[in-house]
Amino acid sequence: MNGATTSWSVLGVVVQVMLVIAGAPVLVALMRQVRARLEGRVGAGLGQPWRDLRKQLRKESIAPDGSTMVFAAAPAVALSSMVLIVCAAPFITTTSPLDGVADLFAVVSLLLVASIALALAGLDTGSAFGGMGSSRTVTVAALAEPTLLVAGFALSVQVGSSNLASLVEHGQRVPGTILSPASLLAAVALWIVVVAEAGRLPVDNPSTHLELTMIHEATILEYAGPDLAMVELGSAMRLAVLLGLWGNLFLPWGVATTAGPGTLALGAIVFVVKVAALGAVLAASEVFMAKWRLFRVPELLAGSFLFSVLAVSSSFFLS
Amino acid sequence: MSVALFSQLLYLLCGGLLLSSVLMLWRRQLSALVGLLAAQGVLLAGMAALLGTQDGGLELYVVALGILVLKGGVLPAVLRRVLANSGAARETQPLVNVPASLLAAAMLTLLAYAVSRPLVELDPTPITHAAPVGIAMVLLGFFMLVTRRRALSQVAGFLLLDNGIAATAFLVTSGVPLIVELAVSMDLLLVVLVLQVLTVRLRTAFGDTDIGELRELKD
Repeated sequence: MNGATTSWSVLGVVVQVMLVIAGAPVLVALMRQVRARLEGRVGAGLGQPWRDLRKQLRKESIAPDGSTMVFAAAPAVALSSMVLIVCAAPFITTTSPLDGVADLFAVVSLLLVASIALALAGLDTGSAFGGMGSSRTVTVAALAEPTLLVAGFALSVQVGSSNLASLVEHGQRVPGTILSPASLLAAVALWIVVVAEAGRLPVDNPSTHLELTMIHEATILEYAGPDLAMVELGSAMRLAVLLGLWGNLFLPWGVATTAGPGTLALGAIVFVVKVAALGAVLAASEVFMAKWRLFRVPELLAGSFLFSVLAVSSSFFLS
Repeated sequence: MSVALFSQLLYLLCGGLLLSSVLMLWRRQLSALVGLLAAQGVLLAGMAALLGTQDGGLELYVVALGILVLKGGVLPAVLRRVLANSGAARETQPLVNVPASLLAAAMLTLLAYAVSRPLVELDPTPITHAAPVGIAMVLLGFFMLVTRRRALSQVAGFLLLDNGIAATAFLVTSGVPLIVELAVSMDLLLVVLVLQVLTVRLRTAFGDTDIGELRELKD
């Protein structure tokens, strides 16, 4: 790799990080807007999450009595693990200098680090809601994690590598593998996991503070000011990262495989369109759905685990 | 048609069959079961037609058309009529709860793969490689038949079982003789019609289609 290519691929990573940080709150706003329009409301507009973040950043940061480092550090840990994923994963270009880190299993672990940090913070406050939210977060994460790993295994068996960039490049080179049964079943399984991990309906309702239904909101109830802003930005980025990963694994077209100004620009545009479209589809489907009882969530995740097991077995017996 | 395209289409259809069978175990809504059965019938007809392109004969196309009409059209229509009359919208109490039956389905699929290994090794072509899917469907159909309580979801399990047998037959023998397929289809239609009558009788006798009610003898 010569000097010019290296600098272009570094630029690619910088663009990717800026795009996700700036765009994640807009994605959340877009999804709220789609819901609002379909429900016959006007909606708050695309700038609202950024206005909320600006407002929270000006406020004072307060912590509950008796809370420790765990509570103080959790937002930074959650946000920085998301930033690390965005640096390494191939969202607009596969030629990242951090390519070696962009392993599917490493990315899954980083996602888990973020949710565990927030779950510990919820426990650290000592409030009843925090503990309840943490227990629910960990339940959902423990059920979703095996699915992610097994479905990731089904994808990486076809390519012979669990590196995200090689998965995306292989998908571009041999489009037939995307239509193979293994990858379709893995797509269904991973979509359910994306919904569960991002805390969307029917697993978690991101727009309520109703005590019976909260999962993510319960763990972060005690945060205020800049800390809350970090948590909110982190969860918006989590949504963008999950949708982007799903989009690039199963619709890999347009991701830049060579570093250059043209391919990077195309990659950025395609990535924005892809994530916005997936987010709009998810939001539109949520209009027709109610939140499931917490006790039925394991049923949903057992279903997605089954799909991932079928994906692995069919990648062996149908090949 | 090139071999690569053929096997890819075949595997895609097999994946669809497996997916729809598993979804049948997952969904509790009886109307969703009927829709999945119709989709499965269409996929099965597609598989017969696809094998017909390799075979060169007209017979498999006729079989495919028969399957399309019967399993994609007539049987789902009959089931929809039963559903409209029965008043029960969903499977409320399966004997094995849904998460456990999904895990059982994963086990059964792996079992199907394990038991059909020697079969595949006899003649390893792309078509026989897909044979475990048919056997998995048979096992899933059996499982659904024994664990569901509503008459209609038992009929759905029975039809899933039959679809599995048909898929296995297509994949192992590369096409069933027309006369055999016709006979099987006629039997199937008769069975479902009889079951329809039975369901209606069950409902008029007990006001419900839960076959658990049949345990006690009544005059």
